[in-house]
Amino acid sequence: MSRAFRIHTDDNVATLLEDAAERVSLVDGPDIALHGPIALGHKVALADIAEGAAVVKFGIPIGIASSAIRVGDWVHLHNCASRFDGRSGGFDTVTGAARDMVYD
Amino acid sequence: MTDVMARRWSGWQRADGRKGVRNIVLVIYTVQCAAHVAHAIAAGEEDVHVIGFPGCYDNQYAIRLVLALARHPNVGAVLSVGLGCEYTQPARIAEAVERSGRPADAFFIQDVGGTRSSVARGKDSVRALRDRIRRETPRVEMGFGDLTLGAECGGSDGTSGLVGNPVVGRLFDKVVDAGGSAIAEEIVEMIGLRDIILDRAVDDRARGELEAAYAKAEAYCRDVRQYSVSPGNFAGGLTTIEEKSMGAFAKSGSRPIQGVIKVGEAPPWPGMWIMDSVPDPHFMQFGYTNPNDTEGIMDLISGGSQIVLFITGRGSVIGSPVAPLIKVTGNSRTYARMEEDMDFDAGRVLAGQLSLDAAADALAAMVGDVASGTPSKPEALGHREYFVMYKHQDTPELDRGCRSAA
Repeated sequence: MSRAFRIHTDDNVATLLEDAAERVSLVDGPDIALHGPIALGHKVALADIAEGAAVVKFGIPIGIASSAIRVGDWVHLHNCASRFDGRSGGFDTVTGAARDMVYD
Repeated sequence: MTDVMARRWSGWQRADGRKGVRNIVLVIYTVQCAAHVAHAIAAGEEDVHVIGFPGCYDNQYAIRLVLALARHPNVGAVLSVGLGCEYTQPARIAEAVERSGRPADAFFIQDVGGTRSSVARGKDSVRALRDRIRRETPRVEMGFGDLTLGAECGGSDGTSGLVGNPVVGRLFDKVVDAGGSAIAEEIVEMIGLRDIILDRAVDDRARGELEAAYAKAEAYCRDVRQYSVSPGNFAGGLTTIEEKSMGAFAKSGSRPIQGVIKVGEAPPWPGMWIMDSVPDPHFMQFGYTNPNDTEGIMDLISGGSQIVLFITGRGSVIGSPVAPLIKVTGNSRTYARMEEDMDFDAGRVLAGQLSLDAAADALAAMVGDVASGTPSKPEALGHREYFVMYKHQDTPELDRGCRSAA
């Protein structure tokens, strides 16, 4: 089974060490059922995170939940916002490409 | 100290006391109009690299940066080539280089006659300079205590903060413990970590410098509405600048931070240093702090880094002139896909094949090999990308935090 790694004991997300479809096995922790596929390097929620609450990785808040997050959810641009960078929240969730620049 | 850190090799002794791991001739053009001639001079010439100024306009920051590269420990001699109309003066560059004890030459293309005659004149010059520095530069024994290493990350993904940057951080700790120096820049990739960074300061002076540099970087990113996080980072699983910052900062290791140096400044004493590459507020609001990875790498080399580590989870193909670049990835999939370009696979730590410490030792062994003369992969491929940015870092009221805090 694909593995996920929690860096700090305070973290409410873990980073995937391989691509995963349905479940991940947390290194030194339980298995987590996913709500959809998550790619290597991306994050899975280890707990429910209320809208407005901190997403914690490395033991520090890396952003704020912009909508309610359930355990097993993919945590990324669609549900986690930077406290500094207001622009990136609207970027394409899969490619990360900016969608606010005109190319006409 | 482990055995790998006790390694010694033979370098080149410069008149200013610094020691280089390469002995190259650097061709510097002083305006974009002279770029073709400069590259034609260096084409096919062993140990001849090229950098240059893009603009006709002169800029103090860019001059300081280029002079730091021209008097870098890996550089033995310089040829400076201008067109003839531009502000930046090739003869002044050659004079500054000669004052550092290195031979130098300079000419204007318009004085020589044109493309073919200038290329011929330039080739004669770099060959004579190369013969001379190969003959005259004293060899000297070196070890890790004589090294300044730079670290840059680019094309980061979720593995960079997990293992790519931590392996380099562990190597930096070893180099600092051996009496050497390490430099990280990318203060724009420390956004969100203010207190964590300040806690690493060796004393109140360093803390003041870090505080001022951090505040400037945060204000800068807000003003230009550009944070140092890119589509590839997002696609690789990084969601916010805060998350990227925490991973990026891991490459600074764990030793106390001695202070902040500016682009073109070498660490005044050994240890772990942070370099400020963020433009000062200025009425000419150009000068992106990190328009690309190459700029940051050139900045680190301008700080005297004889070798730079480049950590890239997503993969990259760039190299650098003046100082060899060693490319490290924390993503074994990237390493497998781009093995012809990537030097070091730190993803083996994630796979459980190697401890972080063993990986840092293996990386140190690779640094020792490259310092001893083995070309890194980008070096062997002939990658020598460079980028000289024009910006302002001379705004007096925003001078070092230590002075304003004093």
